[in-house]
Amino acid sequence: MTLIAIVSIITAGITIALGSIAPALGEGRAVSTALSSLAQQPDAATTITRTLFVGLAMIESIAIYCLVISMILIFANPFWNHVIAQAAGK
Amino acid sequence: MPLSPDEIVFWQYGFFKLNSTIATTWALMLAMALGAKRITGQIAVDGTISRWQGFLEIVITAIQEQIKEVGLQHPKKYLPFIGTLFLFIAVSNVCAIIPGYDPPTGSLSTTSALALSVFVAVLFFGIREQGLTGYLRSYLRPTFIMLPFNIISEFSRTFALAIRLFGNIMSGTMIVGILLTITPLIFPVFMDLLGLLTGMVQAYIFSILATVYIAAATRTHEE
Repeated sequence: MTLIAIVSIITAGITIALGSIAPALGEGRAVSTALSSLAQQPDAATTITRTLFVGLAMIESIAIYCLVISMILIFANPFWNHVIAQAAGK
Repeated sequence: MPLSPDEIVFWQYGFFKLNSTIATTWALMLAMALGAKRITGQIAVDGTISRWQGFLEIVITAIQEQIKEVGLQHPKKYLPFIGTLFLFIAVSNVCAIIPGYDPPTGSLSTTSALALSVFVAVLFFGIREQGLTGYLRSYLRPTFIMLPFNIISEFSRTFALAIRLFGNIMSGTMIVGILLTITPLIFPVFMDLLGLLTGMVQAYIFSILATVYIAAATRTHEE
């Protein structure tokens, strides 16, 4: 039953590691485009900034989903809790 | 280490658990309602305005400006709902300064409740503005093939709202908890500061997204 623990830990690590590559790249591109459009049109600064923050939050949520999965795997793992309950019942 | 304040139970009776989330939420609601009642009890229209009244006026005017900028024509109709969303999430995240406090938005129950109320509000405001048939017809735009995708996007938006807020706040508190066991001296303070910043940003994002969804649902199309 340590297999469950091993797989959970490895999966948690890989989930957050792989899952934060793409959102980070996407956020970098979003900010760079926002900066160049700010440089071109400084008058629209508030609109651009607000849209940038909303877009960043949407992109960030993908990384947050991966983080929530890893947290659940490490701290609130139902399969591990089941194993513990079985071991305690024995 | 508790994953969310739901697991800190103060008192139990049958299946009803008085956990930290419920207690903190009610304490926050009492504090905000009593504070607002106290400040608006003596409103001065001219002359010198008290500091707290000026502060509240700034907050309300700023929220109204934001709602108007997103594209809702009469911000006063939507100000109570969106203002309440923003103020509740902001206050519950900023009060993380208080030691021994767990933000109730770090529990999936609270964020799901807020996201569900946004879902119902979009339906309500959409039907109120466009009528029932008009609102249902908006699901068939741009083509009727998009109907299942529009419905799925409704539900996934609600789900994303809940998970986004929950993930941000829960990870903030958990990072501080983990760091306290590793490097207890200075580093958790920085992560606490970052948690405050993300708390305010997430409050703003939640209310702005709710405004955008309501604006999309109440936009009348010229046919």
